[in-house]
Amino acid sequence: MALRNKPTWELLAEPDLSKVPVEELEYDAIIVGGGMAATGSAFEIGKWMPAGSKVCLIDKAALERSGAVAQGLSAINTYIGENAVADYVRMVRGDLMGVVREDLIFDLGRFVDDSVMHFEEWGLPIWKKKGDEGKSLRDGGQPVRTGKWQIMINGESYKCIVAEAAKNALDEMGYDLHERVYIVKLLLDANKPNTIAGCVGFSARENKVIVYKCKAMIVACGGAVNIFRPRATDEGKGRAWYPIWNAGSTYTMCMQVGAEMTMMENRFTPSRFKDGYGPVGAWFLLFKAGVTNCFGESYAFTDAAKEELAKYAPYGLQPVTPTCLRNHLMLKELKEGRGPIYMDTAAALKKFLDDKKAEGMDDKALKKYWKELESEAWEDFLDMSCGQAGLWAAMNIEPEKVGSEIMPTEPYMLGSHSGCCGIWVSGPNEDWVPDDYKWGYNRMTTVNGLFTAGDGVGASGHKFSSGSHAEGRMAAKSMAKYVIDNASFAPALKQSADELKAEIYKPVVHYAEHSKMTTDDMINPNYIRPRHMMERLMKYTDEYGGGWSPYYMTNAKLLSIAMHHLDMLREDSEKLAVSGLHELIRAWEMNHRIWCVEDHLRHIAFREESRYPGFYYRGDFPDTDAKSMEDGGWKCFVNSKYDPETGEWSTFKKTLHQIIPD
Amino acid sequence: MPSYVIEEKCDGCKGGEKTACMYICPNDLMILDPEAMKAYNQEPDQCWECYNCVKICPQGAIEVRHYADIAPMGGYVQPMRSSDSIMWTVKFRNGNIKRFKFPIRTTPEGSIKPYEGKPEPGPIDDGVLFTMAGQTLETP
Repeated sequence: MALRNKPTWELLAEPDLSKVPVEELEYDAIIVGGGMAATGSAFEIGKWMPAGSKVCLIDKAALERSGAVAQGLSAINTYIGENAVADYVRMVRGDLMGVVREDLIFDLGRFVDDSVMHFEEWGLPIWKKKGDEGKSLRDGGQPVRTGKWQIMINGESYKCIVAEAAKNALDEMGYDLHERVYIVKLLLDANKPNTIAGCVGFSARENKVIVYKCKAMIVACGGAVNIFRPRATDEGKGRAWYPIWNAGSTYTMCMQVGAEMTMMENRFTPSRFKDGYGPVGAWFLLFKAGVTNCFGESYAFTDAAKEELAKYAPYGLQPVTPTCLRNHLMLKELKEGRGPIYMDTAAALKKFLDDKKAEGMDDKALKKYWKELESEAWEDFLDMSCGQAGLWAAMNIEPEKVGSEIMPTEPYMLGSHSGCCGIWVSGPNEDWVPDDYKWGYNRMTTVNGLFTAGDGVGASGHKFSSGSHAEGRMAAKSMAKYVIDNASFAPALKQSADELKAEIYKPVVHYAEHSKMTTDDMINPNYIRPRHMMERLMKYTDEYGGGWSPYYMTNAKLLSIAMHHLDMLREDSEKLAVSGLHELIRAWEMNHRIWCVEDHLRHIAFREESRYPGFYYRGDFPDTDAKSMEDGGWKCFVNSKYDPETGEWSTFKKTLHQIIPD
Repeated sequence: MPSYVIEEKCDGCKGGEKTACMYICPNDLMILDPEAMKAYNQEPDQCWECYNCVKICPQGAIEVRHYADIAPMGGYVQPMRSSDSIMWTVKFRNGNIKRFKFPIRTTPEGSIKPYEGKPEPGPIDDGVLFTMAGQTLETP
């Protein structure tokens, strides 16, 4: 047997930096990311940039299947349709406990349907009501709604379709697409303060560093996963609810150049089918399934539940209970020993059949109807969460015969789903938008020329796939205007290309310097491998930062211990060691994860209340405060900022404006 | 539920520098061993089981074995994806089999012409997207 101190990766990383080329490229505008927001940007931008502009989209993966929709989706969760945009704002505000940027949400609500209609035009099958089959949304076709805002689709190829439109748009404009390039750091201008001038990344396929210069940039590369200990213990760790490749890069990279962050204390802790993390939306909304505790009791509708929700008035008394408080009720059952929580799939499906029987449907028709129903139920998983289907198959679970456990997962950071952490951006430059919500360019961060969309934009959740696409488009138009207005700007970088290369390849060099000291390259006192760092991060965030193991509970003391561990983790990240290109991706993902979760905990520590009971709790401040900041309360934004010049953090309150009346 | 490659079926995509599975994996997991000319999953516990490698493999050489720490053995979920539909086979531990077929796309692959038939963009100073040129935006 050979000693175990040799690199085992197929594509090795080159520690002799003289053999690692650096490519230097210059563009007018760059899009970092490849998910729904970035593909929206790619579609829109060509129509607004001056003729002859150079534009590049840079994706860590392959555009055809990157981002949160890589696997597919079974529904589009934001389609305004017959509803009022103001009601969309009310829904988002209600679900996110009152603290949202209503300007951003209203603005997005005006455009999201146009993106959905384009998806259909490009080839996405959208379910239609009986009688409207074949009639497009644009021609007034009525979609099958599961809830007020959701529509059902056959979405296995959703991302392929949207990516094809983006690729063809880039191609038609003569713009570039760089796939398998991981951008890890944004670069500020050497002369103009607080202004973006480029970014740097590396190829996942060959030993090469690429330095990009640009006049403006959209950074939209998703939320953060693998920042809290997952419930799975081994291979199942891969079954994260949100895409496992989202490493918080959007937040960290923008934070590191000084972009102001907002609501980073917010997290999303979805309740999903246990272990497989399959979607519950269709079961709740389409099949009208109920959830019960171990006694078969519909615990969410009891007097005790009403009483519990009243503790969080006014938020708990809304006609639609916010997602976090629904979690809270579930956690109460679990903590008080009335688990497990079951989704009663069998009763729900039986009721559909009984209803049809009562309507006089004959056996043959009933059988056909059941086939359709069963197929719809399975498609929900197979379109977007194949692993859940696999788990049911392995467990012999047929939903018409037996219910399935649901359970809150580990926490995730995101800004596009039922969460709202992210970056503080300008709203539209319109009269109705409060002055402190706008600074000229819609969706621009507080760093000149740096834009974001989708998971990147904070305080405005419930965009989902369609809203993220629309927001990417909005940001692209706005970025084009910025480029035109700043046509004479010539970006200049502070660091040389070789300095940047040395920084990016540091873990590769560090490995080569030390790996031969021991007989097993996974155990070496001089360095830490990315996978070990990830496990350490997730253990401490879980135990001290309110992960699932303490039932999402933390307090000031626990948070200070978490921060202490994060400080040491950050110090140790200087000693990350990798031997392959794939592992170099993991090293930089760790850098991104540590920074964004640190800001998350900083915000939770600053906000002395429990704004999202069910997502996290402050044991020392268990209540939800309805007083405004002006009245000394917490119904306001918490923002934070890292100063790249001094390395200092500040965390502070920011005024909340209500734009849409109750 | 990591993907695995069946040795007998994988042909390394016939000597190209990258295989189809390597091209598509959103998490950079699939990799080609150029000596054996076979692909494999280089980090199975970071596999999201998105099935993109399974769906794209021209040889049908990739399948998925359920996550060892979660699932009992014997379940099997396998797709066959064509240009307009996908057929799924779901085999239960107890041997029961279900099959489902769903549409995936209403237009031919590669046919999207994003700018064809779209209006010329309006003024850049307003907030209106190019496809909505001429429309007046609603305000609160």
